[in-house]
Amino acid sequence: MAELGPLFEVVLGGLMSGVLYALVALGFVLIFKASGVFNFAQGAMVLFAALSLVRLAEWLSFPFAFLLTIVIMIAVAWTIERLVLRPLVGQHGLILFMATIGVTFFLDGFGQTIWGSNVYQLDLGIPASPWFLAESLFPGGILVSPIDVFAAAIAGALVLALSIFFHSTKIGRALRAVADDHQAALSVGIPLHRIWLIVWSTAGIVALVAGMAWGSKLGVQFSLSLVALKALPVLILGGLTSIPGAIVGGLIVGAGEKLAEFYIGPSIGGGIEYWFAYVLALAILLVRPQGLFGEKIIERV
Amino acid sequence: MLTTAPPRPAQPAAARRRRAIGDVLLAVENISLRFGGVRALTDVSFDIRKGEIRAIIGPNGAGKSSMLNVINGFYHPQEGRILWKGRARPRMRPHEAAAGGIARTFQNIALFKGMSTLDNIMTGRILKMRASFIEQALWIGRGRSEELRERAFVERILDFLEITHIRHSPVGTLPYGLQKRVELARAIAMEPELLLLDEPMAGMNLEEKEDMCRFILDVNEEFGTTVALIEHDMSVVMDISDRVVVLDYGKLLADGTPDQVRNDPAVVAAYLGVAHG
Amino acid sequence: MIYRETGQFRTSYAEDQAIFRLRQDKIGIAVILAIAWIGIPFIADEYLLRAILIPFLILAIAAIGLNLLLGYCGQISLGTGAFMAIGAYAAYNLALRLPALPLLLDFLLAGLIAAAVGVVFGLPSLRIKGLYLAVATLAAQFFADWAFLRVPWFTNYTPSGSVTAPPLDFFGWVADTPREKYFVCLAFACLTALLAKNLVRSRIGRCWMAIRDMDIAAEIIGIRPMTAKLSAFAVSSFVAGGAGVLWAFVHLGSWEPLAFSIDMSFRLLFMVIIGGMGSILGSFLGAAFITVLPIFLNQVPALVGIQLSTAMVSHLEFMIFGTLIVLFLIWEPHGLARLWQIGKEKMRLWPFPY
Repeated sequence: MAELGPLFEVVLGGLMSGVLYALVALGFVLIFKASGVFNFAQGAMVLFAALSLVRLAEWLSFPFAFLLTIVIMIAVAWTIERLVLRPLVGQHGLILFMATIGVTFFLDGFGQTIWGSNVYQLDLGIPASPWFLAESLFPGGILVSPIDVFAAAIAGALVLALSIFFHSTKIGRALRAVADDHQAALSVGIPLHRIWLIVWSTAGIVALVAGMAWGSKLGVQFSLSLVALKALPVLILGGLTSIPGAIVGGLIVGAGEKLAEFYIGPSIGGGIEYWFAYVLALAILLVRPQGLFGEKIIERV
Repeated sequence: MLTTAPPRPAQPAAARRRRAIGDVLLAVENISLRFGGVRALTDVSFDIRKGEIRAIIGPNGAGKSSMLNVINGFYHPQEGRILWKGRARPRMRPHEAAAGGIARTFQNIALFKGMSTLDNIMTGRILKMRASFIEQALWIGRGRSEELRERAFVERILDFLEITHIRHSPVGTLPYGLQKRVELARAIAMEPELLLLDEPMAGMNLEEKEDMCRFILDVNEEFGTTVALIEHDMSVVMDISDRVVVLDYGKLLADGTPDQVRNDPAVVAAYLGVAHG
Repeated sequence: MIYRETGQFRTSYAEDQAIFRLRQDKIGIAVILAIAWIGIPFIADEYLLRAILIPFLILAIAAIGLNLLLGYCGQISLGTGAFMAIGAYAAYNLALRLPALPLLLDFLLAGLIAAAVGVVFGLPSLRIKGLYLAVATLAAQFFADWAFLRVPWFTNYTPSGSVTAPPLDFFGWVADTPREKYFVCLAFACLTALLAKNLVRSRIGRCWMAIRDMDIAAEIIGIRPMTAKLSAFAVSSFVAGGAGVLWAFVHLGSWEPLAFSIDMSFRLLFMVIIGGMGSILGSFLGAAFITVLPIFLNQVPALVGIQLSTAMVSHLEFMIFGTLIVLFLIWEPHGLARLWQIGKEKMRLWPFPY
């Protein structure tokens, strides 16, 4: 049993970082579920939120900075909805996707112009020293990072809240209608643009939480934007429209990456984490083109 | 006097025919098609003879388009089989059906919106073009000669369907009636043995319907193309088709000449209601 | 008035099918080619050639590659950089390990290798579409990044990870001045443009566009989606691979795997979107734009007295690219090429309004 210690540690660590991936993926799912748009800019939003928070916190008290950042993210959401989405209503998905790529680059540049491009430390007051679990079972115990635990708890709470929101409330139903068909939703009187505003703002706040989690783990820097790219395989695995799927996908990717690195890594030169998630997603797609939890795509002629 | 039907020609379809109707070209045997719990087709059997114009009619949702999709290879029936020229075809894909001589138009117009009329119809000639990759890339040999040869062929079709004036227009900008004509042109360009038309006259006014009828008849008479068409306009059906198949709720209701079908009590009860014209 | 078509009758289908139909267009392209082949080499200084024209030409080639796949065949790819890398490293290894082969053959084989890998990574496109396909192409990108970084055989076991290209020796003639390198790139650019244009107006181009516009309908005409899509991936990767070789051998000289990272893939995507999807001219326009903008951002603010740090310039680039992408997608999804076409249409009618 004791020999499994390192394995457990790796898996646990992987699951934890998986939760963080899922947190970013959640933002994608929200927007896709509600507006049918794949928001490539989610990663940039994570970065922007984290940057804003960290820099504002240098001058203001933390709670105040936090609130102000929420306001900023809502403003960002409003701008994107107004300037980018509204003119492109009803367009082909590919066009919208590429528009969000444009937004990504704009946000990346803009964020760094305003807030600077150094690496900033984000201190959330969570103890940095790791906890050691189950010291009786495994010599030295299993190493767990409190930040990861914190992130997992927050992510879990968010998922629960969002799932309830989507299924049980009137707004949630409206959101699902909108995701299905913009024009039809408009024609039955659903206030499309207000809905989108709500959703994008929520995604912005989710981005902020994800930014906080990742930022305290890695430091707030440009590479956060690239973490978002890692959320893509998560979405493939979990399906673009499933909130629980995003969680499961995140866990699989997180644990899978670390395990692959642990077992296969040493024999091929390491760095497997770089591409493992993508190749895994690719393999899954070949078998199930709609992802693990996605809806089957039926083409009608 | 205003009527809703195209003017009746001097003779009924059969007498007008210059070509004889031949043997069975396509036979549908006991086809059943289900989507999950929905039964689209149940135990449908009929045949289509070479050279004839076969109409498939029935209320909305009767399974007519599904039937065409099965013949075409888009859907694969759970039961039954299709015999093409006497041989059974297991699980054929649409491009195999195309290579075998079956062409198709769609209810909702399946044109390539990013291309011009000419290019759309030229795509219908793809199966006849054999140039290798290198020949195409360097615009030599067959790469060049085939393009010119097929261009000439397509021009004849443009002429035939009277759409030469829009040859370079992007099809997305054309009015509905002309788009349907371009789609027909593309199907004809494949020189098919069997032409499947899914509501070729939907949404057209009287004049456009007359034109379309004329084209379908011309294609049938001049090129000998067998035609199977889904159509809602009963006067058109009665007028140009040799035999009619009636479907209702996925089941075969009647099968015979237009006159036989028109007088069939089951058909009248289910579908025709009060006769017009 | 100047750009009239009146009096120009095309009396054969061959004339109608030609790439340049109007006399004015024929004159126009002749002028451009004259400037490119004769004018520029005499006038341009080394900086212009080395920093602007050579990268422009090579990126235009790569953009044509991506345009064939994305603009003409509708398959999204975020991994073009990877195929450039594959071409570059393939050519490097061929030149290194099989020195007997002439360099041009190395180029050709490198392109073919890139094409083969392209087909492999294009296989998923048969089952997955749109967005999911984009993610699959990212797999290619990241895998290639990793492979060239961590598998030492590719880089000939150099400790630094960076490799140097062999001299550009084409059957005895060595291209080592910027002017000569420019001619090499120009030759390849013209060749690629011609081949691409021929392909898109032939049967295979129509197959690609049919798949792009409505792949279900394409099947009923007899197009095999597999053949069409894989051929698009193959040709696109071949061209991208070739561009990669040129980028590494002619432009960079020495390079490391980072030169072909996802950043390059996104740049190419921008070029194709802004320049115009489904347009060979658009590939050139997009490449020109991307090449010129950083220079512009570097020089112009200084003229007005504003000093920008290099980091700032890079951030501004990002912002401008992002804004332009959104603007173009809203106003003119067919990019600069379409604007050019609209301009020509207006010229045909000028001075009449319609």
